[in-house]
Parts: sequence; structure tokens; C-alpha cells
Amino acid sequence: MATLLLAEHDDATLNPVTARALTAALALGAPVHVLVVGAGADAAAQAAAKLDGVAEVLLADAPLYAHRLAEPVAALIVSLAGDYDAILAPSTAVGKNVLPRVAALLDVMQVSDIIKVVAPDTFERPIYAGNAIQTVRSGEATKVITVRTASFAAAGEGNSAAVRPVAVAADPALSRFKGEDIAQSDRPELASARLIVSGGRALGSQENFHAVIEPLADALGAAVGASRAAVDAGYAPNDWQVGQTGKVVAPDLYVAVGISGAIQHLAGMKDSKVIVAINKDEDAPIFQIADFGLVGDLFQIVPELTAEIAKAKG
Amino acid sequence: MKILVPVKRVVDYNVKIRVKADGSGVELTNIKMSMNPFDEIAVEEALRLKEAGTATEVVAVSVGPAKTDETIRTALAMGADRGIWVKTEEAGIEPLAVAKLLKKIVEQEGPALVILGKQAIDDDCNQTGQMLAALLGWPQGTFASKVAPADGTVEVTREIDGGLQTVSLNLPAIVTTDLRLNEPRYASLPNIMKAKKKPIAETTPAELGVDIAPRLAVLSTTEPAGRSGGIKVASATELVDNLKKAGVL
Repeated sequence: MATLLLAEHDDATLNPVTARALTAALALGAPVHVLVVGAGADAAAQAAAKLDGVAEVLLADAPLYAHRLAEPVAALIVSLAGDYDAILAPSTAVGKNVLPRVAALLDVMQVSDIIKVVAPDTFERPIYAGNAIQTVRSGEATKVITVRTASFAAAGEGNSAAVRPVAVAADPALSRFKGEDIAQSDRPELASARLIVSGGRALGSQENFHAVIEPLADALGAAVGASRAAVDAGYAPNDWQVGQTGKVVAPDLYVAVGISGAIQHLAGMKDSKVIVAINKDEDAPIFQIADFGLVGDLFQIVPELTAEIAKAKG
Repeated sequence: MKILVPVKRVVDYNVKIRVKADGSGVELTNIKMSMNPFDEIAVEEALRLKEAGTATEVVAVSVGPAKTDETIRTALAMGADRGIWVKTEEAGIEPLAVAKLLKKIVEQEGPALVILGKQAIDDDCNQTGQMLAALLGWPQGTFASKVAPADGTVEVTREIDGGLQTVSLNLPAIVTTDLRLNEPRYASLPNIMKAKKKPIAETTPAELGVDIAPRLAVLSTTEPAGRSGGIKVASATELVDNLKKAGVL
């Protein structure tokens, strides 16, 4: 039997989290087929075919799949499920939306957000915002799994797997796409960025967030993140949120500015390689996990740091 | 229309949990418990739809052992009309089993909308709403930041990676809540008193004919690998020097 991995992509490009989820899928030991679902998604399918270890790419290309709505995509995956003993997806908005629907339709219990494959039926996953790690064994006939991609290295590229079109499944006709509002940004994407600068409530306003955090991020070539407190206060959009209920990231460098370090935030970034904390409260919990701490006024320190980094990059 | 709101009793958001030394789980004795924060948002949204004249009745339902009725009572104090308690021996019923129990309740109650929290902050599964939608054959609007019912449909704006997506769902439908949907109210003292008189019907998985035996075996629960603090630096210049040495710049 084989493993099916749902690719994360926007039709034109394959999201790098797919290569990370592939590493988890390969660890199950069976041949991995990558499923690309979209409309005009040939480019994403070709990119998936290059990933090392992929045995085959399945391309479901139809207007029905243009926005990857849960109802038709789950129906498609269920139509293919008979050929697989494991179905995986990265824990993205799409994966988290679609896979539990697939699991229930197959009458299996999903294993969410795995961080390690211990054995083909045994996995580690965080609970309580990562304050405990559960090891769970699934006896289900079909394993349905979402993957916390920050915990897995990306598979390499150099493959040329075959791309096979698959038939469109019946349309459940329950939901319709009305519109979307996607922020356009030249910055790296938060979930897969190598460098991240995050701001917290201490920024005080949306204007300050924009004026202080974003120049530092741009000097570094970093993605921008935010604490839940900053998002709740309206300083930053929700999809910048790092933490238990936002994105979980593990960049090479995470700079936390004006973030005290609530456990829910730490849950989203504590696996970063190097953590820098800038905060005026020297007792802030963030300093307990930071590799480099700088105590002081962020409105003075961050512009200095931005200038130093611009100079260093010269 | 009637709205059903499933709510879960979880360890309070502010409690720092402790893992039991023998690896058998998380210490839950004498720990402050509360309604899952995303479920408070779900209750609030249902109440706002009732106050706007869209909904006629808000029913709160919870699955769990002794004291789960306290959480249902919290929903009633916020303003829900009545409660249903599916009593179990143990806490921690898996999302698939909860979804099966909720399906039975939906079949009894006939709501047009079920609003759930997107994820519980204890097991962090993020599954129940999607599973319930699948079992009922209903559409799902997950991670909602806006819910606007219209004639026979509901328009849901969803928090997705990179921004927002709006979908229109046929009713009946499932909605799961994200953080920005609303800010839940606090129950006032008079409403807490009033809630004591509101009815909570009790049932069991056996009465509903649902097998809730776990499908996953939890082999162990452990502390995550610790991370210790590093050094304090005095200036931006010193920080940049250190970051160069660490090889991240």
C-alpha cells in the first residue's frame, strides 16, 4: 500500500511546507503519492514531481477545486482513499479544514499536528499548547494525519516523478466560494520563513507596529509575526499570529519585540534555532528561553538594531 | 432558527499545566477549569444572532464527566436558553466520538446552525466541527471571523493563511469560531442567578447509541524538551556581533 500526501499550493507555486510534510510521509515507510488539487494547477504538480522521494503525483484539476473548499476536496480524497493506508496533510488552513472531514467520512480518528514519527503507527504530538507531548498509537485501518511542518526538515529536489491526472469526484454542492482578501507582500511567508521578527502589545498601536517592526524585518529580509495580544489589539492581521492558535514556526532566527512570552506564544516559536528577545521588563518570561536578551526601550533599541543590521549587510 | 452550541470544559487558559511524573497524563486534580475560550466565542455569536432576531433559541451541549454541568451553566449564564449534558465516566472523549454524539443531538434538536470553537486548548485537536459536518453531510465554515445568515444560507468569512476567504454555505451548516469573531460577554450576577433555574437535560452515550471507546492509544505523556535562557547583551551592536557568531545573519 502507499501513503497519500495532500500538497499545499496556490496552483502556480508549491508551498515549501509540502516538502517538510513529505519528510513525515516518507518516514511511514511506504511509497508516497502527492495529491495536487486545484484549477490550473499543473505548475504546482510539476514542482511536486521534483521533490525527492515522491513516487507519483496525482493531479485533480477542475474548476470545482479552484478554492480547495472542504466539501469537494474531502469527497475527492475519500474517493481515492481505498488505495492508501495513510493520508497526510500539512497543518495549514487547508489541511486543518479538510482532513478531519476526510477522517470522519472514513470513520477514523485523526492524529493532529504530529511532530515526530516514532513508528508507522506511532506518533508524537503536542497538547496543552506544547506544554506536554503525547505519544499516541493509531490502530485505524487508514491513518489520517496532519503534520506540524516546523518539526520536519524539507525533502530535497532532484526527482522527476510522473504526474497522473485523477478523475473529478462528485460535487457535494453544499458550499460556494464568494471571495477572498489575500494580503500582497514581498516578504517571505511566515510558516516557512528562515528569519522572523515578531511584535507584541508593547508596540502600542498599529502605526508603531508598522513603523518599528516592519523596517527591522525588511532589513533582515524576514517575515513578520505577532503575538495574540498584538492581533487582538488590532496592531497586526490575524494571519501573522504566532502561537498555540496561530502559526507554529521554527525559523533560524526569531526576534521577539515587546512580547512578554505567554505560554501560548512560546508554543508557537520555542523550537526556533536562535531566539532574540527585546523587552523593557527584565523579568518577562520570554528571557527564560531567549538565547540573546536585550532589556530596554524597544522604540530606541529596534531602530538602532535596524541600522546595525543594514550596516552589517552593507 | 435554532442554534446548537457545543461547549467543552478544559483546564483554564491561565493555568500552567503539570505533566505527571509517571507519564500517565496531565495533573487535573484541584486545577481551575473553565469553558474552552473558542467555545465562549461560539456562545457569544449564537447569542448575538438571537439578539438580532435571526435565531430563536440557543441550546448549549457538553460531553463530559461530573462537573461538566458547571460549564453548561456558564453558557446559560451568558444567555443560552437551555442545556444538554451527555454524561460520560471519563473526560477526554476523542473528537470523532464527540462528533458522533453531537450528530445524535442534532438529529433530536434539528438546529439550522451548529457553532463550535475551532479547537480546544487542552488536546489542541481542531477536529470536532469538521467531523460533525462530515457525519451530517453538512457544509462547514471553519475558523470564522464573520458569520452572516441569509435566506437559506449563511455567509462565513474565514481566517486562512495569508488573509480571509468568504464562502456561502447551504443551511443547515457547521461554523467553527476563530479569535476575531467577537469578544465574549461576561455573565452578570443576575444572569448567573437566572441560569440556575434554566433546564439542563441529561443523557448518556449508551442512550444515544454511540460507542465512545477511544481509537487512539496514548502510550505516554511527557514534558517537552526544555530550553534554557541564554545571555543578556547590552546594545544593538553587541547583539549583531553575537548573531553573526551564531551564523544566523
